[in-house]
Amino acid sequence: MTGRPDGPVTSPGTRADTGDWGTDEISVLYQGRLALDKITLRAVAGQLTAVVGGDGAGKTTLLRCLAGVLAPASGHVRRPPARQIGYLSAGSGTYPDLTVQENLDFRASAYGLSSVQAREQSGDLLGRAGLDAARDRLAGQLSGGMRQKLGVIAAMLTSPRLLVLDEPTTGVDPVSRSGLWWLIARAAADGCAVVLATTYLDEAERAAAVLALDDGRELAAGTPDQIIAAVPGTLRSVAGRPPGSDEQRAWRRGGRWRVWDPPQPASGAGQPIQPDLQDAVTVAALARELRLAGSLR
Amino acid sequence: MWAMILKEFRQLRRDRRTLAMMILMPVLLLVVLGYAASFDVSSIAVAASGPQASTVAGALPRTFHVVAAENTQGRGWAQDQLRDGNAVVAVVTGGARPVVLIDGTQLFAARAALTALAGQAAQSGQARSGQAAQSGQAAQSEPGTSQVALQTAASQVHVLYNPKLATSDIMIPGLAGVVLVFIGTIITSLGVVRERQSGTLEQLAVMPLRSRDVFLGKITPYFAVAAADLAIVLVVGVAIFGVPFRGSLLVFGLGALLFLFVTLGIGVLISSVSQNQGQAIQLAVMTLLPQVLLSGLIFPLSSIVAGVRWIAYLLPLTYFNEISRGVMLRAEPIGALWQPFLYLTLLGAVIVTLASLRFRRYLAPARSRRAA
Repeated sequence: MTGRPDGPVTSPGTRADTGDWGTDEISVLYQGRLALDKITLRAVAGQLTAVVGGDGAGKTTLLRCLAGVLAPASGHVRRPPARQIGYLSAGSGTYPDLTVQENLDFRASAYGLSSVQAREQSGDLLGRAGLDAARDRLAGQLSGGMRQKLGVIAAMLTSPRLLVLDEPTTGVDPVSRSGLWWLIARAAADGCAVVLATTYLDEAERAAAVLALDDGRELAAGTPDQIIAAVPGTLRSVAGRPPGSDEQRAWRRGGRWRVWDPPQPASGAGQPIQPDLQDAVTVAALARELRLAGSLR
Repeated sequence: MWAMILKEFRQLRRDRRTLAMMILMPVLLLVVLGYAASFDVSSIAVAASGPQASTVAGALPRTFHVVAAENTQGRGWAQDQLRDGNAVVAVVTGGARPVVLIDGTQLFAARAALTALAGQAAQSGQARSGQAAQSGQAAQSEPGTSQVALQTAASQVHVLYNPKLATSDIMIPGLAGVVLVFIGTIITSLGVVRERQSGTLEQLAVMPLRSRDVFLGKITPYFAVAAADLAIVLVVGVAIFGVPFRGSLLVFGLGALLFLFVTLGIGVLISSVSQNQGQAIQLAVMTLLPQVLLSGLIFPLSSIVAGVRWIAYLLPLTYFNEISRGVMLRAEPIGALWQPFLYLTLLGAVIVTLASLRFRRYLAPARSRRAA
């Protein structure tokens, strides 16, 4: 029972034909609140784009719009036909009462893959994911990491042109995370446009492009290097909690504290350091917060 | 313990649907049941045939009211009136004694008719002795109303379709419907809500499947299981309880098919407005209870107060009961069942349309409101 109208959600002759998917200034209202405010995202073929942000930042909403689950109130979504989209929703998106193989078979059948194609693809992906031995186990009986891997390979099964993954590594142990990243990187290397949401900024640093969201608004966008380079002012590393007015611009990182100084104020104690992506996103969020509070122009 | 109590109250306060159901349901059930729960039959429909058909109305006890009288018709016509559900009692005049036919599938009405006729016979017996003693006159060739009454009281009474007035004979065809309601409504609604709870609904939303395909794909297995269940109930009913199956299997199957379609539609409709399986069960029970209580399965429809009876006419089980009892016990042909078939079809059209529209929105809002 396949055959849903497959027309791409884009005008003919646009960038979508070349595998340049994404959203153009989309806004989403959720329960009367602006969940996304004019967000633009590019998902380019062969490239991995990470959407980062804290809880409630709007990552899932953005990915749901991109995948076609949710319609934005305004703006434009460029995506390939449904048959060419692989989507992993928050959670593994697999049926716990079906075996690993049955989950993949259902996906293959729903996407109209021939049985030969389905066997080949699922065999290959199960091998890559290290789930070969688990193919007859119920998905509900797999460990969290294995279930996430199953969700990712199920989304990749049809060799989609756009792969949308909502926090595929959340709650997964470091070894499984590494395995998942390998799978995702392979999909991008095979020419797929991959968009994934993550709360792990160290993971996002591996992406070709990053979009940082905060409270439904764009906080920063670009390559990790561009975002880092755009950090205004200076960043210091100090041993203890900074005193006085510095405290509101400080955060703990490992065993030490980071203090961000906006461009103008005089620097305090501590050693200036080069920010990484995590610092850059934190500074962007802090700067926005201070600006909203009126303590920063 | 206090912490636990407080937590439960807070959760209960937020689950408004459960709270409403806990408070409103008992009141609602009490009111509905209070008006519906009656086995008393105050009015029995009668069809009369034969040369004295027009005088039968005045000869019967007050409980009876003649709905059709045909002087030129005989027993065949009278029996058809019972078979087609137009009357519970048929009086065939013209013989030495009138023949009274009673539809045994209308259990409570049949019992009430037998009781009333027995009462009349007892009274007539006394009256006859008095009359004979006073006048000693011979019977007239064209008997008057009082004489028909005497004759009716002395008539031959035949209970048709369920001669032993067995409860199982009338309950099992109806219970087959309850089984279908259970599978169709509760199990289907749970199956669909499970997709939402397990997070797989979003996957379905982006798959290259039409909403219609998902809808039909989702209900078809339940449909097959319910059909198998129905077959089992019928076989058990016939083989173990000795319930007759006198009518057409095809007509019965068609009725069951329509009914199942409606109940599955209700199941999907419920699932599309439920956030979790608990809510789905609550709503399903809310649709199941009135069907069991008000469809005529337990209490005769004619005994239900008119102010509540209209609810019965909105329930699919009411019509399936008519079809299943009609076909199984009275061998009613499809032509005589046009009304329940028509109403079931109308109900099905409304419910399935609503269910598929709701399901479409439930499945993927983006499909109904594409990004510009």
